[in-house]
Amino acid sequence: MIFNIPFIAVVALILIGLYAVVFKRNLIKMVIGITLIESGVNLFLITLGYREGSVAPIYTSSPGGIMSLPVPQALTLTSIVIGVAVLALMLSLVVHIYRHYGTLDARKIGRVEE
Amino acid sequence: MMSKRNIAAIVFFTIVAVFLVFSALKIHSFGVPDHAEMDDEIIANAQQETGANNAVTSVVFDYRGFDTLGEATILFTAVAGVILVFRRLKK
Amino acid sequence: MNGMSKIVKTISSIIFPFILIYGLYVIAHGHLTPGGGFQGGAVVTSGLAMILVAYGSVWTMGKIKEKNLSLFESLGAICFILLAFLGLGFGAVFFNNFLVGSDFLFGTIPATGSGLADINTGGVLPLMNFAVGLKVIVGLFVIVLVMAYASSIKEGKQ
Repeated sequence: MIFNIPFIAVVALILIGLYAVVFKRNLIKMVIGITLIESGVNLFLITLGYREGSVAPIYTSSPGGIMSLPVPQALTLTSIVIGVAVLALMLSLVVHIYRHYGTLDARKIGRVEE
Repeated sequence: MMSKRNIAAIVFFTIVAVFLVFSALKIHSFGVPDHAEMDDEIIANAQQETGANNAVTSVVFDYRGFDTLGEATILFTAVAGVILVFRRLKK
Repeated sequence: MNGMSKIVKTISSIIFPFILIYGLYVIAHGHLTPGGGFQGGAVVTSGLAMILVAYGSVWTMGKIKEKNLSLFESLGAICFILLAFLGLGFGAVFFNNFLVGSDFLFGTIPATGSGLADINTGGVLPLMNFAVGLKVIVGLFVIVLVMAYASSIKEGKQ
């Protein structure tokens, strides 16, 4: 069990991010929690493609030997760019909400006017 | 503290945490992937078929170029959305 | 927002060409060393963001209008899709690599196994790297510029 340390790090990242999304009230802290969950999932994708004692899958001046899997690295590249795009849209919406309501508390916005 | 919303949040968080920790201890060992036949074929044939020394770039742009097309569309949509939120209407 | 002092402006305009050359090197050698279009585009965008922080967003928005920048981003996307459709015309498959083995532009095939190769290899991959790199540079810089400029306008509640 001591050799599964990357998987335990992935679980720790996802749990900290989930705690920030569920139990906090400020909108910016929720956005930071979503970014932490995204980083944990990217790390999980990369650690799935490792072979014992392998080198990078590049042929230019490589020292020889077995190579690690290239397909999970390509999928992680796409996932990182998607995370950046979602983060940009979330932050611009938070700025727009602050200009309209004057507060960033998640329990005070979105109520129907009485 | 004892409102219904707090109890529901704590129960949900505990269920997800138990499920994740249990599956992290039972997954296969780190360093021995389960099925790697497709990647072995890609590593063996990537230099002759695409002519590039980098296997990851040839997977991103040649073997799986359709996913890169979808990713370029996502970048374009994100930029259009951000410009749309901060637009000033001329009076 | 306002710019910073004179020392910061001078030093950042001295360092900026080195960052630009390093980013373009990572984009251009994407088929030989680790890197490619997305990674090199992120490097150049951080250099441009350093210029934006040093000189202030009001001065930068006065020099560069964002309407001209969105033309470059559409140009990069159109070049990428055009290269994919040209593969359809030359081999009856979408995204076909039609420049490998031909002696037109990027045609040589490297020797099998580990060893050095020149930049003349790779088929249609270096052209796609340039198209995606241009798109990423302009797209991420427009996001940073619009958000920095819009937060410097003082206005009451709408």
